[in-house]
This record gives sequence, structure tokens and C-alpha cells, in this order.
Amino acid sequence: MVAIADKAAKPGSRLQFILDSPAVLGTIFVSPAVLYVLVLVGAPFLLAMYYSVSAYTIYSQSYRFVGLRNFIDVVQDPVFRQTLLNTFIFTFGSQIVGLILGKFGALLLLRPFPGRKVVRALIMLPWAVPVALATVAWEWMFDSLYSVINWTLIALGIITRSDAPNWLGNPHLAMLCVIMVNAWRFFPFAIVIFLAGITSVPQDVIDAATVDGAGFWRRNYQIIVPMIAPIVVVGLIFGIVFTFTDLSIVYLLTNGGPVGATSVLGFEGFQVGIVSGDVAHGAAISLFMLPVLFVLVLVMLRSIRRQEI
Amino acid sequence: MPRPLAAAIREVSFYSAVLFFVVIAAFPFYWMVITAFKTNSDLYTLTNIPFWFNEAPTLAHIKYLFTQTLFARWLLNSLIIGVCVVAITLVTALPAGYSLARMTGRSGETLGIGIFMTYLVPPTLLFLPLSRVISMLGLQDSMWSLVLVYPTFTIPFCTWLLMGFFKAVPREIEEAAVVDGCSILGAFIKMVLPVSVPAILTVVIFTFTLTLQEFVYALTFISSSAQKTITLGVATDLVRGDIYFWGELMAGALIAAIPVAIAYNLFLDRFIAGITGGAVK
Repeated sequence: MVAIADKAAKPGSRLQFILDSPAVLGTIFVSPAVLYVLVLVGAPFLLAMYYSVSAYTIYSQSYRFVGLRNFIDVVQDPVFRQTLLNTFIFTFGSQIVGLILGKFGALLLLRPFPGRKVVRALIMLPWAVPVALATVAWEWMFDSLYSVINWTLIALGIITRSDAPNWLGNPHLAMLCVIMVNAWRFFPFAIVIFLAGITSVPQDVIDAATVDGAGFWRRNYQIIVPMIAPIVVVGLIFGIVFTFTDLSIVYLLTNGGPVGATSVLGFEGFQVGIVSGDVAHGAAISLFMLPVLFVLVLVMLRSIRRQEI
Repeated sequence: MPRPLAAAIREVSFYSAVLFFVVIAAFPFYWMVITAFKTNSDLYTLTNIPFWFNEAPTLAHIKYLFTQTLFARWLLNSLIIGVCVVAITLVTALPAGYSLARMTGRSGETLGIGIFMTYLVPPTLLFLPLSRVISMLGLQDSMWSLVLVYPTFTIPFCTWLLMGFFKAVPREIEEAAVVDGCSILGAFIKMVLPVSVPAILTVVIFTFTLTLQEFVYALTFISSSAQKTITLGVATDLVRGDIYFWGELMAGALIAAIPVAIAYNLFLDRFIAGITGGAVK
């Protein structure tokens, strides 16, 4: 830990000697965190994997090995196939919308103007506020009868009361709603990620490019984008991981409905594994997240490592 | 086109774009505020203009929250859970972050990244086995299960955040203390921790807001109303038999959201520095 420490170590009690050895102390310092994570993340993770190949339910707690039976059951279920597709639509739809809003928002906030701090604080609200509470507000805004969105559309003469959309009652609109709420939640995060990236590009690099005759688009796409790519990749991975595995927006806004139209992996795993108590099948459903997570983690590791070299 | 006119158009379009973003981001919160203080007859009359008060504002919904529901209890639960999780996180993440920052060579870096990666293991993968662990410990349907489980994501995140911070603390500070006869442990406590107060404060705030924002584990482990956190209680417990509950619901969401929103905005820059810590050097 500290190179000079060995010289300063005084002969004392045995405990004192141990505490003065950087290697020993370093291990002691790091072990509580590592143990906590191993016991409550590592071990449960392995247990989840074992559940998925067992016959475990909360009613019959049997660890009997059943091989890939659960996975075969799950894949043959049309509801699950719909859920898997929904999860991808939900994730990519909301990330694309979030990224576009984030990029434009970052360009706006880059320019100094009076009240920028207040504007930034207001724009950060969707990301800061607990998602469950914000989702409840959206549910109220999508209300079948008192929806403020419909009220505005009717007042503007765009629709009439009789053909006002039932946002959460129509399968396609419900999917659009959960995507929009999730994009809304993530775009402030995308803004700060883009801002962190853009402000980390040294001004003299941009100036030098301008002097060399690079225009706005060229500066943007040949200098700024490549330089901020590592940060944006890390931010995007966080966005994808938390969206792909989320259940709160779907649970509160549509409860997976109407008829499974907005069910996603996290939600389905919860319904089967916790609500119905079929832990084995629930675990099998949840584990379908793993391949995607695995790829994302690899990309992230590469991104972090490349930056260090 | 004359130049002042072009400039004016550019200004107008810039500020309209800013306004567009502010409205998108903040309207749901405006909607919470306006709903929370409206009378029911105002809320549920379709001919009223919904954007403003058509009748005098009322505190009835907030009064209802504190007298007829367990809202105050949920606030207290969340506070207790938050304080306990902050304590556990500080005790484990402070030494871990310091140790990882001072470890030489590749091993510290790899271990740090390894711990951080567990932050990416989603609750929706872990809630099945963890709910078995919790019932084995006899903690089912108790808020203490959340005290046990929340550090699984606050420790990785805060260790990473602190590791980045401690790397920026010059080694000379400890070396000087060690030369003066201090032990390394003593140097850490007496010299490093005092200069780390801003980082510790950031960890405290973020751990607390992360516990307030958490929903999945709370939903999975807690079913009786008296044990719920504020986020879970408001989102799942305020729905009554009839449909006229939006005033209370929005009032509850508003009260729970305000402190988190303020804390988050104050510490946002540090949070971003932490989350992109591996990428920005």
C-alpha cells in the first residue's frame, strides 16, 4: 500500500505487526465488501441458475434435477415468446428515443444562457425521481376517462370525446406508452452522459480542427463522436441493462396487459416465480436475460480497458 | 435576410427547443402538484380546464394521507432503511474503495471492475433466490429484509465511486503520517478520511436516494402495508375500491419525490463522474 511503510514498522504486538503489513491490511479492508457481494449476489446468482434446472416451487421445495425441461416448457409457451419479443421492442424503442432526445438536449444545454441551471434541474427530474412514483403520475395522465392528454387533444379539436384513445387499454398504444415513459425516464441520463463526454473533449482539439477547416458536421462526427464514444457506450449499456431487466414501469402502468401485450421478461419472471410461486419456471424465464447481459458486460469491459491503455 | 432578424429567429428557436424539453421533462411533476391540491369535484369534472384550479385549492388530500393511511409510517420505514443501508455501505465500501485504489498492479483494477460489474446483475434475476434466502432467515414480509438486500447494489456502486476518489488523494499524505510513526490504519483514519468528506457525503446521499428509488425488491419481499417503503406504499397501497384516489396518490408521490429530486440535482455531477469513472480519466 505504502512503500515506505516497512521501514516505519515498529516491533510491537503481533496485531500491530499485522496491521502494518500493506498486503494483509489491504485484504482485510476489501474483504467485507467482497464477502457481502459474494454471499448476496454471487451465491443467489448460482442458486437462480440451479432453480432453472430443478423442479422447485414454493409449494413443493424439491431440488430434483429436471435438466432443460423448464426451458423447453417456457420456450413452447406462446405467451413467453411474446414476452421475449416485447422485451426487445421495449428496450430498443425506449433507448433510441432516449438517445435522440438526449443528444439534442445536450446540445441545447451546452450553450450558456440565463437560467441554465434551473432548466437543467427541471430536465433532470425524470431521472432523479423514483421511477415508481413518476410512473403513477403517467398512469393518471393516461387515465381512460380523465386523461389530460386526451383533454388537450379534444380541446385542440384533433379528436372527439367519442374516439379518444384508451392509452393503456389498446395493445399497441399500451406498448407505445411503456416505451415513451421509459424513454422519458432515461433521456436526462442520456443528456448528462453526452454532456460529460462533450465537455471532456479538449477545446484546443476542436479549435485546431476549426483552423484546419473542419465545419460543424465534420467536427461533430469525425472528432467529437469518436472521442466521446467510450463514455456514451458505458452510459448506453447502463440504459440497456436497466431497461432490459426492469419490471416497475410495466407492472405499474399496464400490469403486462392488455392480454400480455406489454409483458416483459422481468415482469413475467415475477408473475411466474413470485406471484404464482413456480420458482423453477420463473428462474428459467429470468435467465433469458443472461445472454444479452453477458454481451453487454463484455462490450463494457472492452470499453473500459481500451480507455486505460 | 437582415442579420438581426436571423439572430432573433435563431434565439427564438433555441428557447422554444429549451421550453419543449422542460415541458416534456417537468409536466408530469406539474401534474402531480396540481392534482395533489385540487378538490375532487374539480378533478373529476370533464368540462373543467385541467391545467389550473377551477375551485379553491385544498389540503384535504395531504390531510387524508397523514390521518387515514400509513403514509407517515412508510416515511419512517424508508428513513430507517436508508440510515441502516448507508451505515452498512460506508463501513464496507470506504475501506474497500481505499484498498482497491492503493493496490498496485492489475489485481486492484480487476477486483474493482469485478465488484462494479455486480452492480449490473439485475434484481429481476436475483429476487427468486433472495426471497428464499430471506424466508430462511425469517425476514419475509419485514422491512429488515431490505436492509439486508439493498447493500448488494449500493456497495458495488459506492466502492467504485470511492475507489476513483481515493486514487486522486496523493499518497504523500499517508506516507508522511507513516514516517511520523503512524500505522497505515491510523493514517487512513486520521489523514485520508478527513480529506474525503465530500466523497463520503456523496456516497451517503446516493445510497439514500438509491434506497428510496428501489422498487423491485420492495415489491417482492414486502406485502403487509405497515412494512412498506414510501415508494412501494404510495405506488401500491393508496388505490382504494373506487377510482377517486388520484388526489391522495399524487400528493403522496409528490412528498416522496421532492427530497430525492433535490438531493439528486445537487450531487448529479459527482454521480456522473462515478458512473463513467472507468471511461473518463
